[in-house]
Amino acid sequence: MLLLIPLLPLVGFLLNASFGRRVTKPVAGAIACGAMVASFLVSAAAVVQLVGLPADARAISQQVFTWITSGDFAVAFSLRVDPLSAVMILVVTGIGSLIHIYSTAYMHEERDSEYARYFSYLNLFAAFMLVLVLGSNFLVMFVGWEGVGLCSYLLIGFWFEKKSASDAGKKAFIVNRIGDFGFILGVLLAFVQFGTLDFQQIARAASQLGPEASFGTLSLITLLLFVGATGKSAQIPLYIWLPDAMEGPTPVSALIHAATMVTAGVYMIGRNAVLFSHAPQTLTIVAVIGVLTALMAGTIGLVQNDIKRVLAYSTVSQLGYMFLAMGVGAYGAGIFHLYTHAFFKALLFLGSGAVIHALAGEQDLRHMGGLRKELPITYWTFLIGALAISGVPGLAGFFSKDEILGRTFTSGHTILWGVGLLTSLLTATYMFRVVFLAFHGNRAEQARPLHDAHDAHDPHGAHLHDAPPAMAFALIVLAIGSVLAGYAGLGGRFEHFLEPSFAPQAVEAVADTTGELTLVFVSVLVAVGGILFATFFFWKDKAAADRMAQRFSGLHRVLMNKYYVDEVYDAAIVQPIRIVSEYGLWKGLDVSVIDRIVNGVAETVDGASVLLRRLQTGSVRAYAASLFLGVVLILGYYLWP
Amino acid sequence: MSGLVPTPALSHYLILSAVLFTIGAAGVFVRRNIITVLLSIEIMLNAVNLTFVAVGRYRGTVDGQIITFFVMTVAAAEAAVGLAIVIGLFRHKESLNPDSFTALKW
Amino acid sequence: MGSDLLFYIFGAVAVGASLAVIGQRNPIYSVLLLILSFGALSGLYILLDAPFVAVIQIIVYAGAIMVLFLFVVMLLNAPHEETDYDERVHPLLRAGPTRFGVVLAIGLIAELWWALTKGRETGPFGDGSVSSVAAIGRSLFTEYSFQFEVTSVLILVAMVGAVVLARREPKSEGRP
Repeated sequence: MLLLIPLLPLVGFLLNASFGRRVTKPVAGAIACGAMVASFLVSAAAVVQLVGLPADARAISQQVFTWITSGDFAVAFSLRVDPLSAVMILVVTGIGSLIHIYSTAYMHEERDSEYARYFSYLNLFAAFMLVLVLGSNFLVMFVGWEGVGLCSYLLIGFWFEKKSASDAGKKAFIVNRIGDFGFILGVLLAFVQFGTLDFQQIARAASQLGPEASFGTLSLITLLLFVGATGKSAQIPLYIWLPDAMEGPTPVSALIHAATMVTAGVYMIGRNAVLFSHAPQTLTIVAVIGVLTALMAGTIGLVQNDIKRVLAYSTVSQLGYMFLAMGVGAYGAGIFHLYTHAFFKALLFLGSGAVIHALAGEQDLRHMGGLRKELPITYWTFLIGALAISGVPGLAGFFSKDEILGRTFTSGHTILWGVGLLTSLLTATYMFRVVFLAFHGNRAEQARPLHDAHDAHDPHGAHLHDAPPAMAFALIVLAIGSVLAGYAGLGGRFEHFLEPSFAPQAVEAVADTTGELTLVFVSVLVAVGGILFATFFFWKDKAAADRMAQRFSGLHRVLMNKYYVDEVYDAAIVQPIRIVSEYGLWKGLDVSVIDRIVNGVAETVDGASVLLRRLQTGSVRAYAASLFLGVVLILGYYLWP
Repeated sequence: MSGLVPTPALSHYLILSAVLFTIGAAGVFVRRNIITVLLSIEIMLNAVNLTFVAVGRYRGTVDGQIITFFVMTVAAAEAAVGLAIVIGLFRHKESLNPDSFTALKW
Repeated sequence: MGSDLLFYIFGAVAVGASLAVIGQRNPIYSVLLLILSFGALSGLYILLDAPFVAVIQIIVYAGAIMVLFLFVVMLLNAPHEETDYDERVHPLLRAGPTRFGVVLAIGLIAELWWALTKGRETGPFGDGSVSSVAAIGRSLFTEYSFQFEVTSVLILVAMVGAVVLARREPKSEGRP
């Protein structure tokens, strides 16, 4: 039964890939959405069954087939549902279904074949993601890991005729690959160390050992795995692909780069919690990188003008929070934030998609404004999402973000807590900047010429209608989720539910409530403060924002250019490789050496034949002479005593 | 008169036929007329015939002579076909010099 | 006694005629000299107690094959051999395959002479004659009957081949 969960979207993929271009759009969409919804129902059934089991034996496994047997080593393709993966499959299939439904409206203007291609990729992605989270050993997880990377490439570069889109797809794939290299090394090292790839067996073996005091094998393994996570989940230093990935259709950004694929890294750490707990060195690195990424992305997001870019950097930032949680040992809190973040980040992306759709392709915040009246559903749902992400009490984000910050503080990492708090401020600020710039105020008169040619009959305003029913449905459901999802974590219920997945582990779930209220208060203060900042600079007095930008123009430029990270990478890594490849390997080796050898062989044969053909004199008498010579020689040979 | 020269033994005959053979072989190279080349080949065949008959006589069988039949037959056939070819070549090139047929040259 | 001498006489005639054959310019003379050589060989066959072969040699070789050669020579009106070199130069000194061939011939003869005088069963002939036409015929049609039939096929093939090769091309090629 577990196999059905990834199998249904896979079937959807096969159907749409084979026949999709021959059926009408509604049919293609129905196949894809149907597959997802069906998968969601099966997942829900599996979770219900799971919950019915006693807490210490909460796992359902299914071995599908034996994959590799080589000597003593055997790996099976087996799936396993436990509390952690239960959360993940519900998130993937549930939010995935909503996004599929949303896409049927969003992608409506594509040609039939492109429409089907989109949905086939989307289903394939879901199938791989589900394989990733359901796998019970590293190998199966890796299949999913690579598969989602592939689908990410396919979907980012969906409009591949546009150069920036295909470039972004390639960038994502290549950067991911670099991370995957580290991941593979980590897996191999784990195999060398433990002799198995199965998660349960590794956890059991690791728990026999004590936590490492210094940087040893376990730390190396976990560090390498974390490198893979930085690639997949866009942390420093491999986050650079995520902002570019916004070239893809907005629902893709919502699904892959907000709710699911990028969370694979966080999930992976959670899955290997026991292993990581025994490598405190790596955990520190994870936490530090997480929080630095969060801060850095927050600062960049503050000044971006493309609405999707802001959300992209926001995603990077929030992922940083999740890694911070994992790094301080609060695995449950990290997953909790993953779960709530899926709701409101997907909501924000889909909302921005509705805005872009309404404005016929306009994505620049400076050319937006006043959409509150024209797109009411979009506005209210977007606002809910913004409040949620800012950590306003009562909404989902508050519970999860607060949990992380609280656990960080109580585990003694005060500096990290401070940085996290600062990032919270930035989050609220940049988020509400978007809200005010897009939905309040007046739209600037010098709007950019509209991209969509087919709206020429209505030059000002294009499709300026609110989200069509399919999109609105998704937005509303997600908004409700953004409000209510957090309550699942009340009283630590969520984390308690997840605990068996992280056991046996060395970190106890500390429920120290005394200092907590103070911390909560501080968090709320920060959130509100951020909102007020935004209100001042971007609603009441917009000119003030411009003045600030001018005063700190140097800093502003650095932020606008994303700290020049891409340029640095290009100069330090890409160009040297390209130069070595072009001059060294291509011109030097391939052309000069190999070509010369191959051509040389041909030339030698040619030269030899020029010499040899002199034998063909055409003179019959010469032939007779050589014949005769042969006779004389052979005769001599035989007559010799 | 009998003691003046040694009685011919087999070796004499063999040497004689060897001489004839080489004369024929030399003729193939020296002559620039195809017909004469064919004649030289006939000389060679005759030398071979002589060898067969001599050895047959030496061994006391009649097989040597029988083989000469076949050799002669082959020689006749070869002469006929060869001359036919010569006629064809002559029609083509109006020349009987083997050096003028160089179409096989590279 | 006399037959010993005859051997040398016939042998000398054969060799001399052959040398003349390859030395002559005029092809007709070459053919005629070759006929003379065949005659000498025929005499040698008689000395070797093979009268039937001797007669066959005259009839077939000298009578048929050489006549054929003569026909062709006259048909083609073969001219004197064209010479792009000085005739008076001795063959041994001429360039190209000629010299090579001559040198080879000398080499061959040296080889053969040496080989043949090494001894081994080159003694005198035995007495008594075994050849009679009847004996030849008997052997030919019993032991060698297969070869005999094969030669008839060979002759057939040669005949057909000669006719085909020498026939004139059909007039279709001669259009202006």
